[in-house]
Amino acid sequence: MNSNTNNLVVEIDRLERRFGKTHALSNINLKLERGGVYGLVGANGAGKTTLIKHILGLLRCQSGSVRVFGEDPVQQPQSVLSHIGYLSEERDIPDWMSIAEFCDYVHAFHPSWDESYAQELLQTFNLGRDKRLGELSRGMRAQVALIGAVAHKPDLLILDEPSSGLDAIVRKDILNAVVRTISEEGRTVLFSSHLLEEVERLSDHVIMIQDGNIVMDEPLEILGQSHHVSELRFVEIQTQLPALSEVLTVSGEGRSWHVIHCGSPDQLSDAVRSLRGELVSTRNASLEEIFIARVGRIDKAEAR
Amino acid sequence: MNITINVKDGVPIYRQIANQVRYMVASGILRPGEEISPVRALALELNVTPNTVVKAYDELESLGVIYKRRGAGTYISDSAVTLADQERLRIIGQRIDALLAEAHQLNFSQQELDQLIEERRTEMEKGDAST
Repeated sequence: MNSNTNNLVVEIDRLERRFGKTHALSNINLKLERGGVYGLVGANGAGKTTLIKHILGLLRCQSGSVRVFGEDPVQQPQSVLSHIGYLSEERDIPDWMSIAEFCDYVHAFHPSWDESYAQELLQTFNLGRDKRLGELSRGMRAQVALIGAVAHKPDLLILDEPSSGLDAIVRKDILNAVVRTISEEGRTVLFSSHLLEEVERLSDHVIMIQDGNIVMDEPLEILGQSHHVSELRFVEIQTQLPALSEVLTVSGEGRSWHVIHCGSPDQLSDAVRSLRGELVSTRNASLEEIFIARVGRIDKAEAR
Repeated sequence: MNITINVKDGVPIYRQIANQVRYMVASGILRPGEEISPVRALALELNVTPNTVVKAYDELESLGVIYKRRGAGTYISDSAVTLADQERLRIIGQRIDALLAEAHQLNFSQQELDQLIEERRTEMEKGDAST
Protein backbone atom coordinates (compact mmCIF):
# COMPACT_ATOMS: atom_id res chain seq x y z
CA MET A 1 0.00 0.00 0.00
CA ASN A 2 1.31 3.38 -0.92
CA SER A 3 1.37 5.63 2.05
CA ASN A 4 0.37 9.13 1.15
CA THR A 5 2.34 11.78 2.84
CA ASN A 6 -0.64 13.99 3.51
CA ASN A 7 -4.13 13.37 4.71
CA LEU A 8 -5.73 13.58 1.28
CA VAL A 9 -7.53 10.52 0.00
CA VAL A 10 -8.62 12.09 -3.26
CA GLU A 11 -6.99 15.04 -4.94
CA ILE A 12 -8.40 16.39 -8.18
CA ASP A 13 -6.67 19.22 -9.93
CA ARG A 14 -8.17 21.19 -12.83
CA LEU A 15 -10.03 18.22 -14.23
CA GLU A 16 -11.78 18.74 -17.57
CA ARG A 17 -14.05 16.35 -19.41
CA ARG A 18 -16.04 16.75 -22.60
CA PHE A 19 -18.31 14.27 -24.28
CA GLY A 20 -18.55 15.55 -27.84
CA LYS A 21 -19.85 19.08 -27.51
CA THR A 22 -21.02 18.62 -23.94
CA HIS A 23 -18.76 20.07 -21.34
CA ALA A 24 -19.42 17.44 -18.68
CA LEU A 25 -16.88 18.63 -16.11
CA SER A 26 -15.02 21.89 -16.16
CA ASN A 27 -12.12 22.94 -14.01
CA ILE A 28 -12.87 20.58 -11.13
CA ASN A 29 -10.65 21.07 -8.10
CA LEU A 30 -11.49 18.84 -5.20
CA LYS A 31 -9.80 17.44 -2.13
CA LEU A 32 -11.25 14.71 0.05
CA GLU A 33 -9.64 14.31 3.44
CA ARG A 34 -9.29 11.09 5.34
CA GLY A 35 -12.15 10.41 7.71
CA GLY A 36 -14.56 12.83 6.03
CA VAL A 37 -18.03 12.05 4.81
CA TYR A 38 -18.74 13.93 1.62
CA GLY A 39 -22.20 14.33 0.14
CA LEU A 40 -22.25 15.01 -3.57
CA VAL A 41 -25.41 16.74 -4.70
CA GLY A 42 -26.60 18.16 -7.99
CA ALA A 43 -29.44 17.86 -10.47
CA ASN A 44 -29.58 15.06 -13.01
CA GLY A 45 -26.85 15.30 -15.58
CA ALA A 46 -24.89 17.78 -13.46
CA GLY A 47 -21.82 15.55 -13.62
CA LYS A 48 -21.93 13.57 -10.37
CA THR A 49 -21.48 10.13 -11.88
CA THR A 50 -18.89 11.38 -14.37
CA LEU A 51 -16.88 12.77 -11.48
CA ILE A 52 -17.13 9.48 -9.57
CA LYS A 53 -16.02 7.55 -12.64
CA HIS A 54 -12.86 9.64 -12.78
CA ILE A 55 -12.09 8.81 -9.17
CA LEU A 56 -12.54 5.12 -9.92
CA GLY A 57 -10.32 5.33 -12.97
CA LEU A 58 -13.17 4.35 -15.29
CA LEU A 59 -12.66 7.57 -17.22
CA ARG A 60 -9.32 9.09 -18.13
CA CYS A 61 -8.81 12.80 -17.51
CA GLN A 62 -8.74 14.83 -20.70
CA SER A 63 -6.80 17.45 -18.84
CA GLY A 64 -5.88 18.00 -15.24
CA SER A 65 -5.14 15.19 -12.84
CA VAL A 66 -6.82 12.79 -10.44
CA ARG A 67 -4.96 11.19 -7.55
CA VAL A 68 -6.51 8.62 -5.26
CA PHE A 69 -4.37 7.51 -2.31
CA GLY A 70 -1.60 9.38 -4.09
CA GLU A 71 -1.86 7.32 -7.25
CA ASP A 72 -3.39 7.70 -10.68
CA PRO A 73 -6.43 5.40 -10.75
CA VAL A 74 -6.12 4.91 -14.50
CA GLN A 75 -2.45 3.91 -14.29
CA GLN A 76 -2.65 1.90 -11.07
CA PRO A 77 -6.17 0.47 -11.05
CA GLN A 78 -5.41 -2.62 -8.99
CA SER A 79 -3.67 -0.76 -6.24
CA VAL A 80 -6.23 2.04 -6.10
CA LEU A 81 -9.33 -0.11 -6.43
CA SER A 82 -8.24 -2.48 -3.68
CA HIS A 83 -8.86 0.39 -1.22
CA ILE A 84 -12.22 1.40 -2.66
CA GLY A 85 -15.70 0.04 -2.09
CA TYR A 86 -18.10 1.14 -4.81
CA LEU A 87 -21.85 0.89 -5.06
CA SER A 88 -23.01 2.02 -8.46
CA GLU A 89 -26.43 3.35 -9.25
CA GLU A 90 -27.01 0.48 -11.67
CA ARG A 91 -25.88 -2.09 -9.06
CA ASP A 92 -24.15 -3.89 -11.91
CA ILE A 93 -23.72 -7.32 -10.43
CA PRO A 94 -23.69 -10.54 -12.50
CA ASP A 95 -27.16 -12.10 -12.65
CA TRP A 96 -25.96 -15.67 -13.02
CA MET A 97 -24.05 -15.79 -9.74
CA SER A 98 -25.53 -16.92 -6.47
CA ILE A 99 -25.19 -14.61 -3.49
CA ALA A 100 -22.48 -16.83 -1.98
CA GLU A 101 -20.57 -16.90 -5.28
CA PHE A 102 -20.78 -13.15 -5.55
CA CYS A 103 -19.33 -12.73 -2.06
CA ASP A 104 -16.49 -15.17 -2.87
CA TYR A 105 -15.88 -13.30 -6.11
CA VAL A 106 -15.51 -9.91 -4.41
CA HIS A 107 -13.51 -11.54 -1.61
CA ALA A 108 -10.97 -12.78 -4.18
CA PHE A 109 -10.18 -9.21 -5.19
CA HIS A 110 -10.00 -7.91 -1.65
CA PRO A 111 -7.79 -9.73 0.84
CA SER A 112 -9.19 -7.50 3.57
CA TRP A 113 -12.64 -9.10 3.17
CA ASP A 114 -14.31 -9.57 6.55
CA GLU A 115 -16.34 -12.76 6.24
CA SER A 116 -18.06 -12.41 9.60
CA TYR A 117 -19.22 -8.89 8.71
CA ALA A 118 -20.51 -10.17 5.37
CA GLN A 119 -22.37 -12.98 7.13
CA GLU A 120 -23.83 -10.57 9.61
CA LEU A 121 -25.11 -8.28 6.84
CA LEU A 122 -26.57 -11.22 4.93
CA GLN A 123 -28.45 -12.15 8.08
CA THR A 124 -29.61 -8.61 8.79
CA PHE A 125 -30.90 -8.34 5.23
CA ASN A 126 -32.39 -11.82 5.46
CA LEU A 127 -30.68 -12.98 2.28
CA GLY A 128 -30.20 -16.69 1.54
CA ARG A 129 -26.77 -17.61 0.19
CA ASP A 130 -28.04 -19.84 -2.62
CA LYS A 131 -30.34 -17.39 -4.38
CA ARG A 132 -29.27 -16.28 -7.87
CA LEU A 133 -28.71 -12.55 -8.18
CA GLY A 134 -30.95 -12.50 -11.25
CA GLU A 135 -33.91 -13.65 -9.16
CA LEU A 136 -33.64 -10.92 -6.59
CA SER A 137 -35.86 -7.89 -6.18
CA ARG A 138 -34.45 -4.43 -6.72
CA GLY A 139 -34.04 -3.83 -3.01
CA MET A 140 -32.30 -7.17 -2.46
CA ARG A 141 -29.91 -6.52 -5.35
CA ALA A 142 -29.00 -3.22 -3.75
CA GLN A 143 -28.34 -4.98 -0.46
CA VAL A 144 -26.10 -7.58 -2.08
CA ALA A 145 -24.22 -4.90 -4.01
CA LEU A 146 -23.82 -3.00 -0.76
CA ILE A 147 -22.29 -6.04 0.96
CA GLY A 148 -19.85 -6.27 -1.94
CA ALA A 149 -18.96 -2.61 -1.40
CA VAL A 150 -18.52 -2.55 2.38
CA ALA A 151 -17.53 -6.06 3.57
CA HIS A 152 -13.88 -5.63 2.63
CA LYS A 153 -13.72 -2.59 4.89
CA PRO A 154 -12.58 -0.16 2.22
CA ASP A 155 -10.58 2.94 3.10
CA LEU A 156 -12.74 4.88 0.66
CA LEU A 157 -16.39 4.02 0.16
CA ILE A 158 -18.09 5.52 -2.89
CA LEU A 159 -21.83 5.29 -3.26
CA ASP A 160 -23.58 6.59 -6.32
CA GLU A 161 -27.23 7.22 -5.47
CA PRO A 162 -27.24 4.41 -2.89
CA SER A 163 -30.92 4.66 -2.16
CA SER A 164 -32.48 5.63 -5.45
CA GLY A 165 -35.58 3.61 -6.20
CA LEU A 166 -35.58 1.79 -2.86
CA ASP A 167 -38.26 1.60 -0.21
CA ALA A 168 -37.79 3.20 3.17
CA ILE A 169 -36.79 -0.01 4.93
CA VAL A 170 -34.03 -1.00 2.51
CA ARG A 171 -32.88 2.61 2.46
CA LYS A 172 -32.53 2.57 6.23
CA ASP A 173 -30.52 -0.69 6.08
CA ILE A 174 -28.21 0.85 3.55
CA LEU A 175 -27.72 4.04 5.50
CA ASN A 176 -27.05 2.00 8.60
CA ALA A 177 -24.32 0.02 6.89
CA VAL A 178 -22.85 3.31 5.69
CA VAL A 179 -22.88 4.73 9.22
CA ARG A 180 -21.15 1.58 10.44
CA THR A 181 -18.47 2.01 7.82
CA ILE A 182 -18.02 5.64 8.72
CA SER A 183 -17.80 4.96 12.42
CA GLU A 184 -14.63 3.01 11.90
CA GLU A 185 -11.89 5.49 12.33
CA GLY A 186 -10.15 6.85 9.27
CA ARG A 187 -12.58 5.68 6.62
CA THR A 188 -13.65 8.16 4.00
CA VAL A 189 -17.03 8.19 2.29
CA LEU A 190 -18.20 9.95 -0.85
CA PHE A 191 -21.83 9.51 -1.74
CA SER A 192 -24.09 11.16 -4.23
CA SER A 193 -27.77 11.47 -3.54
CA HIS A 194 -30.91 13.20 -4.66
CA LEU A 195 -32.26 12.86 -1.17
CA LEU A 196 -30.97 15.93 0.54
CA GLU A 197 -32.30 14.77 3.86
CA GLU A 198 -29.96 11.81 3.62
CA VAL A 199 -27.05 14.04 2.76
CA GLU A 200 -27.86 16.30 5.68
CA ARG A 201 -27.93 13.38 8.09
CA LEU A 202 -24.87 11.56 6.89
CA SER A 203 -22.35 13.99 5.55
CA ASP A 204 -20.16 16.52 7.24
CA HIS A 205 -19.21 18.16 3.97
CA VAL A 206 -21.35 19.04 0.95
CA ILE A 207 -20.14 19.30 -2.62
CA MET A 208 -22.71 20.84 -4.93
CA ILE A 209 -22.26 20.40 -8.64
CA GLN A 210 -24.12 22.18 -11.41
CA ASP A 211 -23.56 21.89 -15.16
CA GLY A 212 -20.15 20.32 -14.62
CA ASN A 213 -18.95 22.97 -12.17
CA ILE A 214 -18.50 22.69 -8.44
CA VAL A 215 -20.61 25.56 -7.18
CA MET A 216 -20.22 24.82 -3.50
CA ASP A 217 -17.74 22.82 -1.45
CA GLU A 218 -18.17 23.49 2.24
CA PRO A 219 -18.64 21.86 5.62
CA LEU A 220 -22.34 21.29 6.17
CA GLU A 221 -22.21 23.31 9.34
CA ILE A 222 -20.88 26.44 7.67
CA LEU A 223 -23.35 26.04 4.83
CA GLY A 224 -26.26 25.95 7.26
CA GLN A 225 -25.04 28.95 9.22
CA SER A 226 -24.39 31.08 6.17
CA HIS A 227 -27.87 30.69 4.68
CA HIS A 228 -31.07 31.86 6.33
CA VAL A 229 -34.77 31.78 5.66
CA SER A 230 -36.43 34.98 6.78
CA GLU A 231 -40.02 36.06 6.94
CA LEU A 232 -40.72 39.66 6.00
CA ARG A 233 -43.81 41.75 6.54
CA PHE A 234 -44.52 45.08 4.87
CA VAL A 235 -46.85 47.95 5.70
CA GLU A 236 -47.89 48.32 2.06
CA ILE A 237 -48.88 45.54 -0.32
CA GLN A 238 -45.91 44.67 -2.52
CA THR A 239 -46.41 43.29 -6.01
CA GLN A 240 -42.81 42.26 -6.15
CA LEU A 241 -39.78 42.80 -3.99
CA PRO A 242 -36.94 44.98 -5.24
CA ALA A 243 -33.60 43.22 -5.67
CA LEU A 244 -31.98 42.91 -2.27
CA SER A 245 -28.33 42.09 -1.95
CA GLU A 246 -27.52 38.50 -1.02
CA VAL A 247 -31.14 37.41 -1.40
CA LEU A 248 -31.26 34.22 -3.45
CA THR A 249 -34.96 33.47 -3.72
CA VAL A 250 -38.14 35.29 -2.91
CA SER A 251 -41.62 33.90 -2.45
CA GLY A 252 -44.84 35.34 -1.18
CA GLU A 253 -47.36 38.02 -2.00
CA GLY A 254 -49.08 41.07 -0.57
CA ARG A 255 -47.57 42.03 2.76
CA SER A 256 -46.00 38.72 3.68
CA TRP A 257 -42.87 37.36 2.00
CA HIS A 258 -40.25 34.66 2.57
CA VAL A 259 -36.68 34.98 1.34
CA ILE A 260 -33.68 32.70 1.37
CA HIS A 261 -30.54 34.77 1.75
CA CYS A 262 -26.86 34.24 2.41
CA GLY A 263 -26.07 37.49 4.18
CA SER A 264 -26.57 38.35 7.82
CA PRO A 265 -30.17 38.77 9.03
CA ASP A 266 -29.23 42.16 10.50
CA GLN A 267 -28.20 43.50 7.13
CA LEU A 268 -31.39 42.24 5.55
CA SER A 269 -33.41 43.72 8.37
CA ASP A 270 -31.91 47.16 7.69
CA ALA A 271 -32.62 46.88 3.97
CA VAL A 272 -36.21 45.82 4.62
CA ARG A 273 -36.83 48.63 7.08
CA SER A 274 -36.02 51.15 4.37
CA LEU A 275 -38.85 49.57 2.35
CA ARG A 276 -41.25 50.09 5.28
CA GLY A 277 -41.22 46.49 6.30
CA GLU A 278 -39.82 44.37 9.04
CA LEU A 279 -38.04 41.10 9.42
CA VAL A 280 -40.43 39.00 11.47
CA SER A 281 -38.43 35.85 11.95
CA THR A 282 -35.31 34.20 10.73
CA ARG A 283 -33.87 30.71 10.96
CA ASN A 284 -31.08 28.64 9.41
CA ALA A 285 -31.88 27.23 5.99
CA SER A 286 -32.07 23.48 5.48
CA LEU A 287 -29.88 21.87 2.84
CA GLU A 288 -32.91 21.38 0.62
CA GLU A 289 -33.73 25.08 0.78
CA ILE A 290 -30.13 26.01 0.01
CA PHE A 291 -30.04 23.57 -2.85
CA ILE A 292 -33.21 24.90 -4.42
CA ALA A 293 -32.02 28.48 -3.97
CA ARG A 294 -28.63 27.75 -5.51
CA VAL A 295 -29.29 25.19 -8.17
CA GLY A 296 -32.97 25.67 -8.88
CA ARG A 297 -35.65 23.08 -8.86
CA ILE A 298 -34.98 19.56 -7.71
CA ASP A 299 -36.27 17.02 -10.12
CA LYS A 300 -38.96 15.66 -7.83
CA ALA A 301 -39.68 12.64 -10.00
CA GLU A 302 -36.07 11.59 -9.70
CA ALA A 303 -35.79 12.53 -6.07
CA ARG A 304 -38.27 9.88 -5.12
CA MET B 1 -32.28 7.78 24.35
CA ASN B 2 -35.38 8.93 22.61
CA ILE B 3 -34.11 11.57 20.21
CA THR B 4 -35.88 12.71 17.07
CA ILE B 5 -34.10 14.39 14.19
CA ASN B 6 -35.89 16.80 11.92
CA VAL B 7 -33.99 18.10 8.92
CA LYS B 8 -36.73 20.36 7.60
CA ASP B 9 -36.22 23.42 9.78
CA GLY B 10 -32.52 24.02 9.29
CA VAL B 11 -31.36 23.44 12.88
CA PRO B 12 -28.01 21.62 12.67
CA ILE B 13 -28.38 17.97 13.66
CA TYR B 14 -25.67 18.11 16.35
CA ARG B 15 -27.53 21.01 17.93
CA GLN B 16 -30.81 19.08 17.85
CA ILE B 17 -29.14 16.18 19.66
CA ALA B 18 -27.50 18.46 22.23
CA ASN B 19 -30.73 20.38 22.83
CA GLN B 20 -32.75 17.23 23.34
CA VAL B 21 -30.24 15.83 25.83
CA ARG B 22 -30.33 19.17 27.68
CA TYR B 23 -34.11 19.00 27.66
CA MET B 24 -34.07 15.47 29.04
CA VAL B 25 -31.75 16.58 31.82
CA ALA B 26 -33.85 19.66 32.58
CA SER B 27 -37.02 17.60 32.76
CA GLY B 28 -35.43 14.89 34.91
CA ILE B 29 -35.66 12.10 32.31
CA LEU B 30 -31.87 11.82 32.50
CA ARG B 31 -30.33 12.03 35.98
CA PRO B 32 -26.80 12.76 37.19
CA GLY B 33 -24.53 9.75 37.01
CA GLU B 34 -26.67 8.07 34.39
CA GLU B 35 -24.84 6.70 31.36
CA ILE B 36 -25.94 7.92 27.94
CA SER B 37 -25.72 6.08 24.60
CA PRO B 38 -22.22 5.61 23.20
CA VAL B 39 -21.46 7.68 20.09
CA ARG B 40 -21.57 4.77 17.69
CA ALA B 41 -24.80 3.35 19.06
CA LEU B 42 -26.59 6.69 18.87
CA ALA B 43 -25.25 7.33 15.35
CA LEU B 44 -26.60 3.97 14.20
CA GLU B 45 -29.90 4.54 15.95
CA LEU B 46 -30.43 7.94 14.35
CA ASN B 47 -28.69 7.13 11.06
CA VAL B 48 -26.42 10.12 11.28
CA THR B 49 -22.67 10.31 10.90
CA PRO B 50 -20.84 9.57 14.17
CA ASN B 51 -18.98 12.87 13.75
CA THR B 52 -22.27 14.65 14.36
CA VAL B 53 -22.84 12.79 17.62
CA VAL B 54 -19.24 13.46 18.67
CA LYS B 55 -19.86 17.14 18.05
CA ALA B 56 -23.08 17.14 20.07
CA TYR B 57 -21.34 15.36 22.96
CA ASP B 58 -18.39 17.76 22.78
CA GLU B 59 -20.78 20.67 23.09
CA LEU B 60 -22.59 19.04 26.00
CA GLU B 61 -19.27 18.31 27.68
CA SER B 62 -18.04 21.88 27.32
CA LEU B 63 -21.33 23.03 28.86
CA GLY B 64 -20.72 20.68 31.76
CA VAL B 65 -23.85 18.62 31.12
CA ILE B 66 -22.00 15.38 30.53
CA TYR B 67 -18.54 13.99 31.18
CA LYS B 68 -16.58 11.23 29.53
CA ARG B 69 -14.74 8.53 31.40
CA ARG B 70 -11.87 7.42 29.28
CA GLY B 71 -12.85 4.17 27.61
CA ALA B 72 -15.79 3.76 29.94
CA GLY B 73 -18.65 5.70 28.49
CA THR B 74 -20.35 9.06 28.80
CA TYR B 75 -22.36 10.14 31.82
CA ILE B 76 -24.64 12.93 32.95
CA SER B 77 -22.54 15.07 35.29
CA ASP B 78 -23.48 16.03 38.85
CA SER B 79 -23.38 19.72 38.02
CA ALA B 80 -26.08 19.03 35.44
CA VAL B 81 -28.62 19.61 38.21
CA THR B 82 -27.74 23.27 38.65
CA LEU B 83 -27.47 23.56 34.90
CA ALA B 84 -30.90 22.03 34.62
CA ASP B 85 -32.33 25.07 36.39
CA GLN B 86 -30.68 27.41 33.90
CA GLU B 87 -31.88 25.15 31.14
CA ARG B 88 -35.46 25.22 32.38
CA LEU B 89 -35.30 29.00 32.34
CA ARG B 90 -33.78 29.04 28.88
CA ILE B 91 -36.43 26.73 27.43
CA ILE B 92 -39.36 28.59 28.92
CA GLY B 93 -37.71 31.90 28.01
CA GLN B 94 -37.63 30.86 24.36
CA ARG B 95 -41.31 29.95 24.47
CA ILE B 96 -42.18 33.25 26.07
CA ASP B 97 -40.18 35.15 23.45
CA ALA B 98 -42.04 33.33 20.69
CA LEU B 99 -45.36 34.07 22.36
CA LEU B 100 -44.51 37.75 22.76
CA ALA B 101 -43.43 38.02 19.12
CA GLU B 102 -46.62 36.35 17.94
CA ALA B 103 -48.76 38.56 20.18
CA HIS B 104 -47.02 41.62 18.79
CA GLN B 105 -47.67 40.46 15.23
CA LEU B 106 -51.33 39.93 16.03
CA ASN B 107 -51.59 43.33 17.75
CA PHE B 108 -52.36 42.23 21.29
CA SER B 109 -51.51 44.73 23.99
CA GLN B 110 -49.55 43.70 27.07
CA GLN B 111 -52.68 43.95 29.25
CA GLU B 112 -54.71 41.84 26.88
CA LEU B 113 -51.98 39.23 26.83
CA ASP B 114 -51.69 39.09 30.62
CA GLN B 115 -55.42 38.75 30.87
CA LEU B 116 -55.52 35.98 28.27
CA ILE B 117 -52.79 34.01 30.04
CA GLU B 118 -54.73 34.29 33.28
CA GLU B 119 -57.91 33.12 31.54
CA ARG B 120 -56.21 30.16 29.92
CA ARG B 121 -54.67 29.13 33.21
CA THR B 122 -58.03 29.21 34.94
CA GLU B 123 -59.46 27.09 32.10
CA MET B 124 -56.67 24.55 32.40
CA GLU B 125 -56.94 24.29 36.16
CA LYS B 126 -60.65 23.69 35.81
CA GLY B 127 -59.88 20.95 33.29
CA ASP B 128 -57.42 19.35 35.73
CA ALA B 129 -59.91 19.46 38.56
CA SER B 130 -62.58 17.74 36.53
CA THR B 131 -60.36 14.78 35.59
